[in-house]
Amino acid sequence: MSKQSAKSQANGRPPMRKMNFKVLSRVLKLLFKSYPVLIPIVMVCIISSSLVSAIPSIFTQKVMAVITKYLDSGNMSWASAKEEIFPLIAILIGLYIFSLIFITVQTQLLAIITHGFLGKMRKKMFEGMQNLPIKYFDTNKHGDIMSYYTNDIDTLRQLVSQSLPSLMQASIIVTTVLFIMLYYSILMTLIILLGVVCMFFVSAKFGGGSAKYFIRQQKSIGKTEGYVQEMMNGQKVIKVFSREEQVKKDFDEINNELCADSTKAHAFANILGPVIMNIGNVLYVVCITMGGLFLVTNFPNVSLSGLPFTIDIVIPFLNMTKQFTGNVNQVSQQINSIIMAMAGAERVFSLMDQTPEVDEGYVTLVNVEIAEDGTIKETDKHTGKWAWRHPHGDGTLTYTELKGDVRLHNVDFEYEENKSVLHDVTVYAEPGQKVAFVGATGAGKTTITNLINRFYDIADGKIRYDGINVNKIKKSDLRRSLGIVLQETNLFTGTVMENIRYGKLDASDEECIKAAVLAGADDFITRLPEGYNTMLSNNGSNLSQGQRQLIAIARAAVADPPVMIMDEATSSIDTRTEAIVQRGMDKLMEGRTVFVIAHRLSTVKNSDVIMVLDHGRIIERGNHEKLIAEKGTYYQLYTGAFELE
Amino acid sequence: MIKRLFDCVREYKKYVFFTLFFIIAEVVIECFLPFITSKVINKLEANIVDMSYIIKIGFILVLMAVLSLGCGAIAALTCAKASAGFAKNLRHDIFTTVQTYSFENIDKFSSSSLVTRMTSDVANVQMSFMMIIRIAIRAPLMLVFSVVMAYIMGGKLAGSFVVLIPILAVGLLIVARNAMPAFRRVFKKYDKLNESIEENVRAARVVKGFSREEYEKKKFAVAADDIQNDFTKAERIVAFNSPLMQFCVYFNMIFVMLVGSKLAISSGGSIINVGEMSAMLTYGMQILINLMMLSMIYVMITMSLESMKRIYEVLSEKTALSNPEKPIYNVADGSVEFDNVNFKYSSKAKRSSLSDVNIKIESGMTVGVIGGTGSGKSSFVQLIPRLYDVTEGSVRVGGVDVREYDIDTLRNAVSVVLQKNLLFSGTIKENLRWGNENATDEELREACVLAQADDFVQSFPDGYDTKIEQGGTNVSGGQKQRLCIARALLKKPKILILDDSTSAVDTRTDALIRAGFKQYIPETTKIIIAQRIASVQDADLIIVMENGKVSDVGKHAELLTRSEIYREVYEQQTHGGEDNE
Repeated sequence: MSKQSAKSQANGRPPMRKMNFKVLSRVLKLLFKSYPVLIPIVMVCIISSSLVSAIPSIFTQKVMAVITKYLDSGNMSWASAKEEIFPLIAILIGLYIFSLIFITVQTQLLAIITHGFLGKMRKKMFEGMQNLPIKYFDTNKHGDIMSYYTNDIDTLRQLVSQSLPSLMQASIIVTTVLFIMLYYSILMTLIILLGVVCMFFVSAKFGGGSAKYFIRQQKSIGKTEGYVQEMMNGQKVIKVFSREEQVKKDFDEINNELCADSTKAHAFANILGPVIMNIGNVLYVVCITMGGLFLVTNFPNVSLSGLPFTIDIVIPFLNMTKQFTGNVNQVSQQINSIIMAMAGAERVFSLMDQTPEVDEGYVTLVNVEIAEDGTIKETDKHTGKWAWRHPHGDGTLTYTELKGDVRLHNVDFEYEENKSVLHDVTVYAEPGQKVAFVGATGAGKTTITNLINRFYDIADGKIRYDGINVNKIKKSDLRRSLGIVLQETNLFTGTVMENIRYGKLDASDEECIKAAVLAGADDFITRLPEGYNTMLSNNGSNLSQGQRQLIAIARAAVADPPVMIMDEATSSIDTRTEAIVQRGMDKLMEGRTVFVIAHRLSTVKNSDVIMVLDHGRIIERGNHEKLIAEKGTYYQLYTGAFELE
Repeated sequence: MIKRLFDCVREYKKYVFFTLFFIIAEVVIECFLPFITSKVINKLEANIVDMSYIIKIGFILVLMAVLSLGCGAIAALTCAKASAGFAKNLRHDIFTTVQTYSFENIDKFSSSSLVTRMTSDVANVQMSFMMIIRIAIRAPLMLVFSVVMAYIMGGKLAGSFVVLIPILAVGLLIVARNAMPAFRRVFKKYDKLNESIEENVRAARVVKGFSREEYEKKKFAVAADDIQNDFTKAERIVAFNSPLMQFCVYFNMIFVMLVGSKLAISSGGSIINVGEMSAMLTYGMQILINLMMLSMIYVMITMSLESMKRIYEVLSEKTALSNPEKPIYNVADGSVEFDNVNFKYSSKAKRSSLSDVNIKIESGMTVGVIGGTGSGKSSFVQLIPRLYDVTEGSVRVGGVDVREYDIDTLRNAVSVVLQKNLLFSGTIKENLRWGNENATDEELREACVLAQADDFVQSFPDGYDTKIEQGGTNVSGGQKQRLCIARALLKKPKILILDDSTSAVDTRTDALIRAGFKQYIPETTKIIIAQRIASVQDADLIIVMENGKVSDVGKHAELLTRSEIYREVYEQQTHGGEDNE
């Protein structure tokens, strides 16, 4: 999104001012593609129903003419008039029935199309988003991503269900009515056209103004939201410091600003209707006056039909004026929502157009049977044994058993250019080893793990997994072979069981429970009101942070990966509980290559290798005893002379 | 409920009345317009007009249109003003009400739900309020007016309305009745869908880490399809409005044409004439459109009812704590006494968070509190500044029950550094001044020196004017904690409570802070909750908590021999260290 605004600024225009026809045509194209049959049907319906609603005025006029004729001649015989009027009305009824059918079909289909289209867009956005690299999620605010799915998509609903059809309908009616008017009288038509030009001018002016202030209002809302969010989060601190009055004052200031912007935005929007309608009224009056004048003065009529100027022309003209202004008003009411929809669509497209994560890996993970002599055979069955299937350039195929040997050779990495985060990092983790990273915030601990599972790609150096360069491994298979437990635990809405099963979708209940036992989570889960069937929602807000971490560990355990990454995985479990789950954790780590990042040194003490990181470099390495003996940074940390973070 | 919400209109009431007045004026003019024009048409028809008459009438008509425009424009402005002002007052009231909340009330609402109430819900109410004051008066007025005029002009012709209005009204009602619950269901699902998207965005690392992209896509597609179906169904019900409306319009047209022409011709134009017939068509249209509008309002109001309910929930929440009638404005000293205290967070909670707590702390003491997660440490200290009220028993500060103090007085005397440390966006100085609005720069520095924060603050290029970002993300955890301590010290409290506030601070600095306390604020009672034994072992009194009860009280040496829990924690923390020293 930031990229987009930067782009529009480069073009020297503020976003959301002018209609973006490129975006509009893309929306239309997508719309057509989604419903190649229904949309033409709807269009036919709209055209027909609009025509049908314009044509009757001809018949109304004809009926009126008949009545006038009879009245003028003093003939009061309904029987004979009937003969002339009934056929006209019969045609009218026929037209109306058609119109009703068209309208019903049109509105029903539109409901289907609108929500079908929105559903499709949503899915498209979501699928696109799933394919994006982790960098996208790291660099975009979650609130901004969410607003694509809420605010921006909503603007499209209005566009498809209302703005586009009414635009189409209005323009058809206006054209038809225009021709009918020309048919009757060119001069009167010109007068009306003059008024319409006036209306367009006004609605462009007010519509633009209101769009401008709506955008301002949107910004003010954002500001208010930000402030409220911060204060509501800190409500307890406000209480403790008795700061209520001060905070109220600050809030009122922001609130007043929002009120001012909102007033302007709505004033412009509200005023548009009465202005257009009253220009219409003036037009109506002008029509009647001019018509009267023409009648009185017997002004010669210029028309396509060649009809003389009579009262029977003036009356339908008046009705047509109403129709005309009504339709122009309808269009003008849509201007705002069309501008908003284009801005929304532009943002939606910006999400869809993000470059997805590229994956050039061709080494895949397959189930295998390993014979006694060590030969590996690929199989479809679940054998519990895995191997890397490695096709080579010369057409041969080799299988390498999945063991969990991870090596980083002289790795350099930077998130942004010239801001080196890791420098010359070399780490060997043999199968079954526990490797720990210790260091201050920003030292690069988490970054290393981000590189192993290729959330980010290294700038220089090499990472090998079981001797294979990770760049050659298909990303999804690589990640499948790595289990991660993060400090910030994210659980999904669903039962505890479902959350654990997330690690291995085809895991049986027994497998999940076994994993929970292993992670030391079984104990508290069974004490929950509904045990494993307890519903979690809102990121497991009904659990404590420590309990959430235990579930996350169980989730990783059920996947049974040969390599695990524990990034501050036990940070929120208090030391006493940690001591209790420690045994389970040790069992869980047994036989696996484990990378541990922990702030609490008691968690990393029993590691095979401890790496102390400082500003992206490994400054000390060795096991606990060795590092303590060295009396370096680790020693100081351990004795509490230094603070971490 | 509605009354309470509409009380928020307050100073904007006059704009509401202006709006109503000008809309009525607009409606009256609008209704007279076809009345006059039909007269002109008849005169034209009868050929009894001359130039001057037409010009005169034309002038009047234009004047009316201009008047109507003026009224409409003013109404548009005042209406925007009234509704935006109403929204402002609603937000103000919500915010102000939340400020009166006690901790117990705050626990009830999540902060994000409060934010939505103040933004989307208020916006919904604002929109429907605007619609109501613009249309709710206009539509019925136009309706009545049009019906009356139709009768005056058309007589028998107006009979068609007798048939049409009930049909339309019933039809619209049926549609609205069916559509509304459908929509409400959809919106609920829609909220859920968005929640799940948010969940997914937040958990992007987990999804990718487990390679669950395809699984998530499938899961989402199912939910999205479900919503699409429901939404379509609901919308299709509403879509019947349009043909229904058109049917009525057409029916009216045909009726007027058929019956009108018969009446006109057979009476020779004496009962009804061409002009009146055309006016009937116009009025007919107006009547039907206004009925439609009314049904729209009905839908809008019911839709925003949900929002109103949610706002009202906040506004009607009564604070669980209030000032006593004759509050005491002076806290004698920093002594604290718990007398048979029982405490539950809510009356519904099954388990007490604290039970049978009896403690006596003398003024100036340093007290350590140790215990596992959920042992009740935080509950214990939060009762002292009366952040919550005890369920049974009493808490006394300076010898007086905390419920007898003026709340602000008490909280100024008892300074708590909460476990969940929070700094606000603004400079370090501004954040520190939360403790004391009028503190001089010198005082700020003193507090920071005492909290061991001065050194690192000075090391920032902007020193005390360094901007803290929202949530304090640009300082480390340990630095944040020290700033929070400094902020609390600035209150110059009689009792200082640190709720696990030095967990991210290294042991050396932690020791320096405690030494500073001893030296510079000896009179202040210091209550320190900690995970580290080292943080409390020098205290005059250590309270060991377990399952909401005081398990033991005493000094370090006593507890080591007496309390199993204390010893266990101690050994676990010092075990490794002793090995190597």
